[in-house]
Amino acid sequence: MQLLEKLCQIAENPYAYAEKIKGDARTPIIGYFCSYAPEEVICAAGAVPFRIFGTRGDISLADAHLQSYCCSLARGGLEDALTGRLSFLDGTVFPHTCDSIQRLSDIWRLNGGFSFHSDIVLPVKLDTPSARTYMTAVLRDFRDELAAALKVPLTDDDLTSAVRTVNQIRKHLGDLYAAHSKTPGILSAKALHQVIKAAMVMDRKEAAADLAALLESLGLDNPPTVADSGRKRVILSGGICNHPDLYSLMEVAGADVVWDDLCTGTRYVEGLVGETGDPIAAIAERYMERMVCPAKHSDNTARGRNLVELARTHQAGGVIFLFLKFCDPHAFDYPYLKQFLDEAGIPSMVLEIEERLPPEGQMKTRIESFVEMI
Amino acid sequence: MTEQNIADLEKEKRKIKSVAKMKEIMTTYYIEAKTAAESGKKVAWITSGGPVEFLIAMDVIPVYPENHGAMIGASKMGVDLCEKAEEMGYSRDLCSYARADIAAAPINGGPIGGLPRPDFLVCCNNICGTVLKWYEVMARYFDVPLFILDTPFIHKEFSPAAKKYVIDQTYEYIAFLEAQTGKKMDYDRMHEVSRLAVEGLRLWQAVLDTAAHKPAPMTAFDAFFHLALIVTLRGTQTTVDYYRQLLAEMEQRIKDGIAMVPNEKYRLLWDNLPVWYRTKWLSEKFASHDACLVGDTYTSAWSGVMDLIDPDNFIESGAVAYSSVYINVSLDKMFDTLAALIRKYDVDGLVMHSNRSCKPYSFGQYDLQKMVMERLGIPTLMIEADMVDARSFSESQIETRIDAFMEKLKT
Repeated sequence: MQLLEKLCQIAENPYAYAEKIKGDARTPIIGYFCSYAPEEVICAAGAVPFRIFGTRGDISLADAHLQSYCCSLARGGLEDALTGRLSFLDGTVFPHTCDSIQRLSDIWRLNGGFSFHSDIVLPVKLDTPSARTYMTAVLRDFRDELAAALKVPLTDDDLTSAVRTVNQIRKHLGDLYAAHSKTPGILSAKALHQVIKAAMVMDRKEAAADLAALLESLGLDNPPTVADSGRKRVILSGGICNHPDLYSLMEVAGADVVWDDLCTGTRYVEGLVGETGDPIAAIAERYMERMVCPAKHSDNTARGRNLVELARTHQAGGVIFLFLKFCDPHAFDYPYLKQFLDEAGIPSMVLEIEERLPPEGQMKTRIESFVEMI
Repeated sequence: MTEQNIADLEKEKRKIKSVAKMKEIMTTYYIEAKTAAESGKKVAWITSGGPVEFLIAMDVIPVYPENHGAMIGASKMGVDLCEKAEEMGYSRDLCSYARADIAAAPINGGPIGGLPRPDFLVCCNNICGTVLKWYEVMARYFDVPLFILDTPFIHKEFSPAAKKYVIDQTYEYIAFLEAQTGKKMDYDRMHEVSRLAVEGLRLWQAVLDTAAHKPAPMTAFDAFFHLALIVTLRGTQTTVDYYRQLLAEMEQRIKDGIAMVPNEKYRLLWDNLPVWYRTKWLSEKFASHDACLVGDTYTSAWSGVMDLIDPDNFIESGAVAYSSVYINVSLDKMFDTLAALIRKYDVDGLVMHSNRSCKPYSFGQYDLQKMVMERLGIPTLMIEADMVDARSFSESQIETRIDAFMEKLKT
């Protein structure tokens, strides 16, 4: 499984990968923070969209710009920008998400020192025709802005080709998720998490090819039959996960993460962009149709119903909410999501994460007692 | 007369007399709102930055959960309600207005026994993303329709597409109100309400401007109190009349040489929402150093965009104005406003409330602070607190910081 190892290494050290592809070719790399970043447009401009996950290091420089009650994603990302760890970026794109990222964008623009900076001020409600029209207009503006900044034509053909590549990645990842849900042993949950993170930072053509080869090597047409292991099945729900060790902790506790509702998970994979017609309208369409992240508004109970359905579809015995501390949109949705799960008889627990995990023993005990209960 | 008597007389002289009228108006307003069902009127909950003018024109009673949050804070009931919200599963890191209001709903808690039940909700996200989540919670709890007016944040400019989007939504808002109330919008009435709204905003700004006078006839703490009408009853004759009275009183105070802070020597500007449960303490603390908070970025946020509003074309101009409010724009734009306030009030220092409850207002304050010090040479003080949740207020720490800051200003 050399390929799997390669992808895991990229996820483990994405900055080294970025430095390498930047190389002599000076491939433009555009950073982003959110699953609403239109990476098809970035790819079509000949650049690599690079997902920022926070920092692995200590936070010190960012403390001069963001208070301690700001989430570790914003503070950690800023730290890596200010220390120069992200110096391979040619610029960053900030789709409108939450209050914290919105202010981070200003701070980033004023202090980051990157040549390109774009705010894609997407609509917040995604359930009206006027929002759809606006979404499409905003994405069109971004396309023009990026084309001008990178001095590329960025034609419709470029876009359609990029859409196909990113769709392939989504299809492959979707197949991996489905196979893993069916046969959790086929690929560890931690490995799947690493693979999806790698796909978010890699040159997308390379990622698509690697994922196709990975699927091939797993022989999914003829999956091994796994005897009922008696292991528990859980779903993760929340924002981003930057701690692969969590998956291992759950595995050791006897539970397989068989599905998720995460930004570093199915929110990335879900839905394909139409490959015919106006590509920008098609990209907008995917965002309008996809299950919303809690920073966006659509049907007021959609996320609750969806979570219950996910748990049932994947025969999960419980749901673990994985929240970044100080993440308002997720924290606001939690009581109602929990209520929906309670009413469906699905147990749940919350893990609140800062830049570092709590001591392993503490996490282990909590996870173990939850797994035992389900 | 004894010394005590003279001191009492001095204190009496300094009191703003219009306060009684203001309390009367607010009491009447809340009684009307709480008895709306009996009078056959609809009640809408609306965010503080939302376009209330349309509700007034449609004869709907607007109710403000944020004003409710402020009242809960001022009556020191915040901690109890915030803790109740935490028991309901809401994280302590969430906005304390939202937590307090969410917890008050099922138990009719808070100083006025809960807000009247809404017939529908109107949420404008020009002040934060938090209101969106808060109103979603309320829409589920009360099982009532929710209208969202989505005002795209202005990092650099308000794009033509954004403008069109907000204007389109304004028409959707009118259609929503027509459906909820079962009657057509009366555009003549709407025009009159718009005119009154702008007049109210101009009068409110004129009231705030009186504090540019040295010594200031009122402080930011007074502005926090008198703000309620421009938020809740904007677009009514009542508000226009009240601010006219208040303005006259302020102008008279200037003529009579009445200062709110005796011996005003240092003039300061406040940034962010008030610390509602400690306004008196903070006011007295600063006054003890002969310092007066003459202005703030918060209470002028409503009137800050009034020049953008054309009452003859409220729908289109209002869409731009509502999207351009102080907190819906980038830090560079906020700095321009801040610098203008610093010049207008001719202040010696800036006091910034780093408010755990309000991320869009507080994140970026460190950068603004640096800009103010470097570009304007104005000293600054940062206070860590929360607008409603008193558990985040450390009196000894804040006292020490204020004392140290004032000592620095004095030298």
